[in-house]
Order: sequence, then C-alpha cells, then structure tokens
Amino acid sequence: MNTKELIIERVKEKFSESIEEISDFRDDLCFTIKKDQIVNLGKFLKEEPDLQFIMCKDVTAIDWATRKKRFTTVYHIYSFKLNYTLRLKSNIDDDPPTIETVSAVWQSANWYERETWDMYGIKFINHPDLRRIYMPEGFEHHPLKKDFPVLGIPGSLPLPNKAD
Amino acid sequence: MGLEAVLQKEGFLTTTIDAVVGWARKSSVWPMPMGISCCAIEMIAAADPKYDIARFGSEVMRFSPRQSDLMIVAGTVTYKMAQVVRRIYDQMPEPKWVIAMGACTSSGGMYRSYSVVQGIDQFLPVDVYTAGCPPRPENLLNALMTIQEKIGKTRARDFQNRSLAELEHSQN
Amino acid sequence: MDRIKQIYNDEKLLKKLQEDQNLTIEDVLENEMVINMGPQHPATHGVLRLVLRLDGETVVGIVPELGYLHRGYEKMAENMSYIEFIPHTDRLDYTGTMCNNVGYVLAVEKLAGIEAPKRAQYIRMIVAELSRIAAHMVAIGTYAMDVGAVTMVMWTFREREKINSIFDRIAGARFTTSYTRIGGVASDIDDQSIAEIVKFLSELEPALVEMDKLMLSNRIFIGRLEGIGILPKEDAIALGVTGPNLRASGVEYDVRRAKPYLFYNEIDFKIPTFSQGDCLARYFQRGDEVRESIKILRQCLDKIPNGEVIANSPKKVLPHKTEIYSKMEELIHDFMIINFGINPPVGDTFLSVENPKGELGFYIVSNGSGQPWKLKIHSPSFCNLQALSQLCKGAMVSDVIAIIGSLDPVMGEADK
Repeated sequence: MNTKELIIERVKEKFSESIEEISDFRDDLCFTIKKDQIVNLGKFLKEEPDLQFIMCKDVTAIDWATRKKRFTTVYHIYSFKLNYTLRLKSNIDDDPPTIETVSAVWQSANWYERETWDMYGIKFINHPDLRRIYMPEGFEHHPLKKDFPVLGIPGSLPLPNKAD
Repeated sequence: MGLEAVLQKEGFLTTTIDAVVGWARKSSVWPMPMGISCCAIEMIAAADPKYDIARFGSEVMRFSPRQSDLMIVAGTVTYKMAQVVRRIYDQMPEPKWVIAMGACTSSGGMYRSYSVVQGIDQFLPVDVYTAGCPPRPENLLNALMTIQEKIGKTRARDFQNRSLAELEHSQN
Repeated sequence: MDRIKQIYNDEKLLKKLQEDQNLTIEDVLENEMVINMGPQHPATHGVLRLVLRLDGETVVGIVPELGYLHRGYEKMAENMSYIEFIPHTDRLDYTGTMCNNVGYVLAVEKLAGIEAPKRAQYIRMIVAELSRIAAHMVAIGTYAMDVGAVTMVMWTFREREKINSIFDRIAGARFTTSYTRIGGVASDIDDQSIAEIVKFLSELEPALVEMDKLMLSNRIFIGRLEGIGILPKEDAIALGVTGPNLRASGVEYDVRRAKPYLFYNEIDFKIPTFSQGDCLARYFQRGDEVRESIKILRQCLDKIPNGEVIANSPKKVLPHKTEIYSKMEELIHDFMIINFGINPPVGDTFLSVENPKGELGFYIVSNGSGQPWKLKIHSPSFCNLQALSQLCKGAMVSDVIAIIGSLDPVMGEADK
C-alpha cells in the first residue's frame, strides 16, 4: 500500500460521510470536506500515529466569484513521517463567509488565517488574534476578492500631503 | 601639486561664501538610505569594494534622518509606507535632497496595483530620478553625481524666504 | 504646555499626556515601556516593524507588524499571463532571484504538464545554487553587520559581486535576472561562463575560510549569538519554520532531498543540520550550506549534458525570436501564446522548492484560461517571521537584533 492509498483509507474510515470529493490532479491528493468537520479532520490527521501531519504549510482561499458557494478555503499540510504534502479544501456558502479556525490544531495557521481574512474577508471563528496583517487598519475592502479592481479604489488609502 | 604649487607665497583666493559652502556641501553628502526593497541591495552594492561610493564622499550612510541631508528612497513605496517615508523626510534638517531610486519609486514601475504609490513625487519633492529596476550601482553613482552638481549650485538665498519658525519646526 | 498643544492636536492624546504629568518616579520604574522599532530601522532587513513591550531591558512581548512592502503580487498575477509573471518572481526574495524564477516555472510546468530538457534543468540547478550562495552571502554579511562586525559585509559582497557578474553574462542582468522560461531557460550558457563559475568556486572556498576566521575569532560576535534565541525542534515545526532555520534546530528537512525536483536526485550532497537551534547555529548553518552548494555546483558542471535548452512543445513554450521572424508556424504560435496564453488544464497544483530562506511554494489554480485564476505564494520569510515573537520573549533588547538577523527575513517575500 503506498502513501496515498494509506491516507485515503484512513480518512475514509472516519470521515466517509463528510468527505465531499477526493481529487488527485497531477499527483496532488486533495480532500474536500464539509465546513463543520475541518477542525476534526485536521486534529485527526495530526494526531493519528500513522499519519502525523504535524506541519501546516499554508492556508489560503479561492474566490470563485460566480459560484453559489463563493469561497473555498485551502490548507496545505505536511507529514515528516510520510514525507507527503496533503491538500484539504472546504467550501463556504454563507455570507459573510465564516469558518472555524484551525490555529488551535496547527499554531502556524494563526498568521496564514490572518492573511486570508485580510485578503478575502473570511472570518475565522475562535481565532485568537484576527487582525489585518498587510493592509493598514481602517481599510475597508478585501483586495483579493474578484470584485476588487487591481488598481484599487481611489481614496480608499490615504496619502500624505505633498511636502514643499 | 594642487593649490600649494600655485600659491607659492602667502597667497589668497577670492570667492563667494556661497561657492565655498556649496563646494563643501556637495563633497560630503551624507545619505539616509531609505532601503525598502530590491534597490536596497543594489544600494549596499554601491557601497561595497567594487563600486565604492566613498569615492564621492558619500560613504557615511546615516540611519538617523537627523544626521543626513540626502534621502535615497530605494524601493517600492506602498501607501502604508508612504506615511513613514514622509515622516522621516520631515525629520531631516534643511537643506535636504531626495533621490528616487528605481522605476517603482519614480513612477510605480511594474507595480500597477492597489497598494503601491504610483510615484513618490506625489508627496515628496524629488530631485533626481534614477531609471532601472533596480538601477545598476553605476546608475546610482550617476544620480549622486547629478545631485552633487545640483547641490553645488545652491545659494544661501534659496533658503532665505523661509521663516525661522518654519525652519525650526521642520527640525523638531 | 502650549508647545505640547501645538504638537498634539489630538484632544484625547493631549488629555492623556496631561494626566501623565502626575507621574512619580516609582510609577516610571514599575511600569512597562512600549517602544516601536522600525519600519525604518537598519537592523530589521527592510521594512519590518516591531512593537516591543519592555520591562527594563527584557522583552516581555513583541508584536511584528507587516505589510509595509505589500505590493499585491497575488492580485497582479490574476490579471496577467503565466509568462508575464516571471519577472515579478525576481522581486520576491530579491537576494536570491534565480531560485524564485526556477520555483515559479517548475510550478507552471507541473500545472501545464510539460518538462524542460535535461540540459535546461541542469542549467537551472547551476543558477539556483549560485543564487543560493549569493543570498547566503547577503544573509551572513548583513547579519554580522547587525551585531556590530561591519567588515564582514564588505567581504561577502565582494564574493556576491562575482556571482552578479556571472549572471550578467548568463542572463543579461546582474540582479533581476528573469532567466528561466516556461519549458526551459532563456539562453544557453557558454564555455566562458562555465570557466568563470569554476574560477569563482576556486576563489570562494578560501574566502569562506577567511570569513570564518574573521568571525569566529571575534569574541563579541560569539558572545552575542551563543545561546540566544533558542528555537526547539517541536516549536520550529509547529510554527511552520522552514529552510536553514529549521535545519539549525535539528530537523533534517530539505525539499531538494524530501521531494527532489530538477535532477537533485542525481547529485550527491549532505544536508547540514545543527542541534542547538540558537543564533550561532543558524550562522553556521548558512556557512555549511554554501559549502554544500559548492559541492553541488562542481558536480553539475561535470555532469551537464549537451542538447536543447528549451522544450519542444509549441502550444506551451514560446519559440525563439529568430524563428518567429523566419517561420510561419512559429509566428502563429507566438501570436497565440502572447494573446491567449498557454491555457493549462483546469485544476490546481502546489509545488515547492528549496529557497535560500526556506520552502517557497506556488499554489496555482487554473480555470483553463491564459491567466491564473489564483496564484498563492507560500513565502518562507513570512513563516519564519512567525517564530519571532516566541524567540524574543524574555530576551534582551539587543538580542532582538541578533534574532531578526539570524532568521534572515526578506520583506519583499514576506509581504508579497
């Protein structure tokens, strides 16, 4: 049994109802899971002795713009034991978008989720410190949403007066 | 060689105060390296043994704005950073000059995006623009020579129209 | 008082200031102090801002504030073709430009399902390793400068200049190279470039010994780094730290070995690790990695095969300029790629490479059009900075400088 089959089997044993999709594009294994199970799945993957996905590499989101479930959060986690990078996804359908934080499972997700909040406006419930990380405090928009123009909204960010 | 050869006895020269002050100012420009991004590395490279900015009397990089008279803005200025750049510029004592190093400092360059200021001349008076992304160290040295020329031409009367209170305020 | 009024026109602040005038000396001694460091601070490597809470000279808390160099890469990437984004990757980690170029094109190639010829891959390895040396030269030099040894930066930049002039020859630019292309590299390297690299390597080895002599006989340097900012193994993993900082904490994780890309599986090299996890270990770590890079470079130069440097895949790879001007087919392909893009299949991929700062990953989502629907940059400096608040807690103020220097963040990459 290779690594991929092992992971799929273990996850299916426990989360067979909440898994929405398993994809394997270009050798990247990806689970799409229901929104309310993401923390449980994360905890399971981290603590299961055979898997041990102890490092969270990345948390981000995708804005699908036209789909009904507009946002998808994406997690990349890594297991030193299996030497494998796994991708988890979770579709969000409520407005404003919210999802449970995984920073309790992986400490490093703290900043990644702050970044995702800053860029997409996805609220992470129970996050210890959900502030903007890149844009200045008081900025009203979330730049990576598809309806935000690349050149920005004039006047949304203040500029100092011209010096003489 | 030099002056001593011409003035064999106790000679004297006549010149204007402005010329002497200008000569002294331009030969010892103390830059404030406002290193923000990529250009900062090329700015360090300009100070390294190969390019050696010390040849132009400007090796004294002062990280305190109060001790410097030339600000080299090296790197992309974002809206968040603009407030800081302006504040540091305000802290520099008069007279002061600004080099906009690189394309994105001068005009936004390749960053046509929501967070980048499209040219620092929107809030700072820029004296010399430097092309390149980032400019080669030679180009920075060229900018320095250009600004030295400009500094050499400054006259005392350039600062006379400013009230004392204004000058004092800008130094506090 | 009038003067204060003049400065603080904010009424709330003024009121607070007036209340503060009743302070006694005991209050001052008891209270903790909050100071601001950066964003313009010579030791914060760019524009990192830290807010420190101090008790005397001991740091009680520290809050890093990022975003002063946030240029909106991910947004811009969504509005340009895959090929147009290559020059932007230079400016991510601007100390080691070639590594970013290589990482990005590998990610796109994985998504599009093409592979570069073997010679191109070897050239990519050579330039990436040269770039790694250049980046570590900046890291070591500025690190030493931060803790007070200014001579070192002159020496390391002397070596870096040699790499820059090699890049000038290979890629046509000394600093922002944009050398790689999707499906290969922009141009072949000639014999003289190889000769220059060999010459450079023979000069670098004695220079490294010299540098070590300079730094390690300096008691102040050792004293300021030894036992400072210890990052245990478990914490390093939990905080997502990668690259030299992780290996200095004793985790033998290197993407080049864990998930070999290019032809790193054909090369024999060690992964240096240290168990102490303090600032000094992170200094040694970088020095050792440079030595390993020299080994890799020597082997690459021996093994480099002859052949093409760009893949033959007309729908995905831009043809050469001379062919566009002389052949009809190539002209059509060029027109299609420039106007409509390379159109990779619908899907998403994540690919990470080992950068001088750590693991650089690109997560690309494609909807089948010529522009990425989403491009996420997983930047190592950002992850490494997250460890800062834990490392600095309980340290002295002057140690904060050493810790930032040892983590070696590049803000262009951390802020994106």
